[in-house]
Amino acid sequence: MNIVVAIKHIPSIADDLPVKGNNVDFDSVDFVLNEFDEQSIEQAVLVKEAVGGTVTVVGVDMIGELDGVLHLALAKGADKAVKITGDDPAADSHQQAKWLAEAIKGMSADIVFVGVQASNDLDGQIGPMIAAHLDMPYIGGVSSVEVTGETATVNKEFAGGVGAKYAVTLPMVVGVQASVKPPRYAPVSKVRQVAQTATIEKVAPSGDAGSGLTFKKMAPPVVTGHAEMIEGSSKEVAAKIVELLKSKGLV
Amino acid sequence: MAGPIKAKYVEKEHAVVDGVDISGHWNRMFEPRTIFEYTPELIEKVADIPGGESFANCYQCAKCIAVCPVDIVGNYGPRKLYRYAQTGMDLTEAPELWLCTTCKNCLRVCPKEVDMIQIMPAVREQAILTGKFVPPELQQAFENTAKTGNPLGQPQRKRDAWIQSAGVTIPIIKDVARPVDVLWYVGSYPSYHPRGIDAASAAARIFSALEIDFAILGKEEKDDADSQRLAGEKGLFEMMTEYNIETFNKYEWKELVVTGPHELNAFKNVYPKHGFERPVVHYTTFLARYLDRLKPLLKHRVEKKITYHDPCYLGRHNGEYEAPRKLLEAIPGVELVEMQRNRENGYCCGGGGGGMWMDSFTAKHTTMRLSEKRAMEAASTGANVLAVACPFEVSRFTDAVKSTGNEHVDVLDILELLDKSMRGE
Repeated sequence: MNIVVAIKHIPSIADDLPVKGNNVDFDSVDFVLNEFDEQSIEQAVLVKEAVGGTVTVVGVDMIGELDGVLHLALAKGADKAVKITGDDPAADSHQQAKWLAEAIKGMSADIVFVGVQASNDLDGQIGPMIAAHLDMPYIGGVSSVEVTGETATVNKEFAGGVGAKYAVTLPMVVGVQASVKPPRYAPVSKVRQVAQTATIEKVAPSGDAGSGLTFKKMAPPVVTGHAEMIEGSSKEVAAKIVELLKSKGLV
Repeated sequence: MAGPIKAKYVEKEHAVVDGVDISGHWNRMFEPRTIFEYTPELIEKVADIPGGESFANCYQCAKCIAVCPVDIVGNYGPRKLYRYAQTGMDLTEAPELWLCTTCKNCLRVCPKEVDMIQIMPAVREQAILTGKFVPPELQQAFENTAKTGNPLGQPQRKRDAWIQSAGVTIPIIKDVARPVDVLWYVGSYPSYHPRGIDAASAAARIFSALEIDFAILGKEEKDDADSQRLAGEKGLFEMMTEYNIETFNKYEWKELVVTGPHELNAFKNVYPKHGFERPVVHYTTFLARYLDRLKPLLKHRVEKKITYHDPCYLGRHNGEYEAPRKLLEAIPGVELVEMQRNRENGYCCGGGGGGMWMDSFTAKHTTMRLSEKRAMEAASTGANVLAVACPFEVSRFTDAVKSTGNEHVDVLDILELLDKSMRGE
């Protein structure tokens, strides 16, 4: 079974995001693996462990630092790593989806995993667009995947704690919300060993498909309100809350 | 854990061996007793791991059990681990693997030199590499260290954000651009944890008042990862070590002063194996050298009854017991009292060997936290201050005095107490 995981390397939001001109200052920000992709890699490896096959991880190399991420994925159980030499830190999800789909086309994928969304654009579009380019069905918001023969059974989460189970004939693209188990830890010595021995296949970006959107302005959100801490005993606090709710006409 | 192997009947009233009647007193042992019938397999499994060899030395005298801090709040200790292994426990996948704090009190009394400081990291590493159970909270600390350079998961760029609030100028070595006497390695908790920042700020004010020519690494400083090593992540430790040694060697300085005993242990005892052999001291040792210059600065009386907790990695691991006490005694007004377990027999706070990041896991296997046991011991001396000298301890003991109903005991780093006496706050 050919399992493919498409990943995104995105600016870290662990710190204040530096802005330059009308975009992120890509030179002074760290890039990290999209958090949802950590889940999607784990889910892919779990499927491989259950039914056999190979896991290929593919991503766009935005700033020339994707190798570390790919080594980590290999240490966690992926078998092959491919990087698309995009070298454009500002490439949007439409562009990346096109490049990823073109790279995946030659892989005879039975199932393609993507993180359901990423914190840089939050549009959740990479998965559906890859699916469209590859002419495969897509289900996002997925919290578990089981493969039997030609069919994948996936759990999709909806708002309000509602879930649904789908049986999908492969091939398909899955947008992973959460892996059925938390992502495993890859010991550093294993990652370093992989880094010394692994080969990463390089692929030139192919296809043009930007979203057509341009940034007009990028700025930190303006703080408009603030939280008020109510002090006192629990009775006093409760009384104040009731008073507040009444004064705002909420009760 | 697998049950004990069933013993065969071993005692006979009459016995004939090779045609010779060797019957004797009714309780003479003719065949191996129960204890010898257990398989040594699981003991050998540990002893076969490089670093785990001395596990097989144990002859069950149980001297370690009397001093093991985990046994005092649970059912644990090297001798017991040996016995558990005899009776079917595979240490590589047992919860017991994660309870040792590497405090070294067992090794101090062991006649057979069963060395848990070597055994535990080696077996833990094996467990991690072979995908056995590892407490998730510990994995999180590993992951944070690998990703962000500190176990708290705080951004590297904010590592020196604390210096703004210290009230004195703290030079960054990169900006100083000249050799300095002292490179002060601040450490992760003093850089990010609110109570750690209090101690770091106090240290900065003391160094300034003493006119020490010092600088810090600022944003270039990363965790020492010694506790991660002892928790089994040797690869992570080596990665951090390479970075740290390269960073230390980029600049000219005479002495490396560290806030934390774990950093002292890493830089002084382990880094030489990686080619770094330069003078490293803990801040207590360093400041004790300046007592003559420090004393006149300690102008304000601190009317407190203080008991001092010996950090395992400052005391037992590195032999420094007196400098912290000298510093406390130098503060006017201070009455220093000792806890029952002190110096070589100091009780562990539970934070070492990765324990710092396994609090909820350890809590499931013990009757109370080690820090709580120690907080109660501190309170029983009648002291109103528990003085510490390790950045792990302030937060651990602050929680522990609260959870044991001893809020009247203030937990303060020696740095904070010196600073109080200097500034009168």
